[in-house]
Amino acid sequence: MYAYDEIDRTLVNERVSEFRDQVKRRLSGELTEDEFKILRLQNGVYLQLHAYMFRVAIPYGTLASNQLRALAHVARKYDRGYGHFTTRQNIQFNWIKLAELPDALEDLAKVGIHAMQTSGNNMRNVTSDQWAGVAPGEIEDPRIWSELIRQHTTLHPEFSFLPRKFKIAITASDHDRAAIKIHDIGLRLIKNEKDETGFEVLVGGGLGRTPFIGKTIKHFVHGRDILSYIEAILRVYNQYGRRDNIYKARIKILVHELGIEKFSREVEEEWQHIRNSSLQIDDEVIEDIRSRFSYPAYEKLPHMPDELRQAAADPDFEAWRKNSVAPHKVQGYSIVTVSLKPIGAPPGDATAEQMDALADLADKYSFGEIRVGHEQNLALPHVAKRDLPALWKALDKLGLATPNVNLITDIIACPGLDYCSLANARSIPIAQELTRRFANHELANLIGRLHINISGCINACGHHHVGHIGILGVEKNGEEIYQITIGGRADENAALGNLIGPGVKFDEVADVVEDIVEAYLALRERPDELFMDTVRRLGVEPFKERVYATR
Amino acid sequence: MPLVNGGKIADDSFAKLAVDTPLPEGGDILVPAERFIGEADVLLKRAGKVGVIWPNNRDISELVPYLGKLAVVALVFPTFRDGRAYSQARLLRERYNYRGELRATGQVLRDQFVFMLRAGFDSFEVKKQADAEAFMQTAKRYSVFYQPTGDGRITALHRRMQLRHSEGVGT
Repeated sequence: MYAYDEIDRTLVNERVSEFRDQVKRRLSGELTEDEFKILRLQNGVYLQLHAYMFRVAIPYGTLASNQLRALAHVARKYDRGYGHFTTRQNIQFNWIKLAELPDALEDLAKVGIHAMQTSGNNMRNVTSDQWAGVAPGEIEDPRIWSELIRQHTTLHPEFSFLPRKFKIAITASDHDRAAIKIHDIGLRLIKNEKDETGFEVLVGGGLGRTPFIGKTIKHFVHGRDILSYIEAILRVYNQYGRRDNIYKARIKILVHELGIEKFSREVEEEWQHIRNSSLQIDDEVIEDIRSRFSYPAYEKLPHMPDELRQAAADPDFEAWRKNSVAPHKVQGYSIVTVSLKPIGAPPGDATAEQMDALADLADKYSFGEIRVGHEQNLALPHVAKRDLPALWKALDKLGLATPNVNLITDIIACPGLDYCSLANARSIPIAQELTRRFANHELANLIGRLHINISGCINACGHHHVGHIGILGVEKNGEEIYQITIGGRADENAALGNLIGPGVKFDEVADVVEDIVEAYLALRERPDELFMDTVRRLGVEPFKERVYATR
Repeated sequence: MPLVNGGKIADDSFAKLAVDTPLPEGGDILVPAERFIGEADVLLKRAGKVGVIWPNNRDISELVPYLGKLAVVALVFPTFRDGRAYSQARLLRERYNYRGELRATGQVLRDQFVFMLRAGFDSFEVKKQADAEAFMQTAKRYSVFYQPTGDGRITALHRRMQLRHSEGVGT
């Protein structure tokens, strides 16, 4: 856990009072809606279909139990008793009142939570691996660097009015859980031959209307230079990124239009001017940030405690354990993913009661720590294996033990037309229907790892391009039409999915997905050939044939 | 449109010239970039100070040969959403060591003041009277800054290092 010091607290409080003043000026009419819009967006406030929506940052996906309780409090006091976890380690509240927003922010500031730059054309919440610091084989904890970058990007005086939004993600594991290849800047923490920490820097990834997988701009940037290198990229982008067309304003378009070689030369030239400046970070600064991260005092525990051995007789427990429990870097501990994807419910939602109860469970079983992943699930990162059976029972009572992590019902979806003013089509009802179709755990388990991603418009908040099965809702002649892709993925082998054929109607989507799954089950070479691998081996054609043969 | 200079609402001694306005005998003038580059020698020889209005899509390094002679560089925010002039401002101050007046023009609103001050602006053609009057109060909104810029304000990282070292001395 990172603990704010007085300096961080002061800044967040100053931001709250600034925003209070901005809201006051809007309510009094001193600010026009056009002027206020940008100001509220800089603080995570959107105007949606029915109300203001408030997006709160959970930097690099780490939450302390008291912070989760504060989010529960906001859900209860200022909203309708629930919150929605997003694909970028944020939480959204959908029914907030503008006049009450400053109070909600002030309540969150007390526990070191803010909403700075969760929307708007600025540098957004820095995201990372939700298993950072606990994943076996990780090079080092990427959250130290995430926090350094969080601070550097907060209220940046040069880059707060960029051509478009700008997202940075960091991973330090071979398996990329932070989806760095679909970010404006992706950072892969690595070591050089002298065992010094640095980053492979990727640039120009992103989804939306024109999806691109990020390209490597530099194979190794030393840790001490990372802020100046990021600054150089941003300076080139701020000056040359397109501002004439919102759909061509992301850095991915600039990188694409210039080509990665020319773009990287521009960045390199700028970087040489600023790398030996006060942006250079010495080890002491890193150590200072590291010192404010606290790590649990783990006990020496057996690999296989009796409690776990006994619980193995219960098939329901085993189903959950096999699905939701992952190895931890410390013997005797596990990482537990908490599914926010119960059958028939909107993906990523949690009630205030669930959040409060989960905070209590984190205190009891996970050293008071909770994580948020881009898959819209939560995690308890330090659970002693002996506590797994008790934790499972408690989670099950809360509706938080659906054994579907990474399975077909672990769906990523944007809010869609049910909430969002940008959407053209519904997302949540599609997700709900799909979870009902595949509610049978044996069936889901037989299918194995399969990610479905749903977006309700071309902006791709549900990351449909990188879903193993991607579903994009569009509007055609006043009707919701869904385009289906297969073969996308968001991990270290990130790829964009391929369209299987013409779009289908709302009522047909679940049938089409069933057809695709049936085709896969018939086509796979062996039970452990994953959907992704079958698609890679055979291409789109056999799936297309199956889906459109009878339509 | 009120001008804030040195933290206060001030009179603007500069007359803005268009591309084709006849050159006045004396007095301070602000000239569009195109005209300045074309007539720099003539303009800089006359009595009265000279400033230039530089668009946000033109390379600021073109100004480098003239920076010692310019009294004002006025950068432009066509809308407050367009942040290119922040980069130009920092380059002028931090890379090219421009020490004259750096003026923000265009849609300059209260909620950009802190960003602009940090980027190196020291005068502001403010869109609204109320915003100009609130300048001093607004400029003091923040006491903590995470990024090093040329404005000399100490960053959070360095303040922490100072705290560390002063604590270290005591123990």
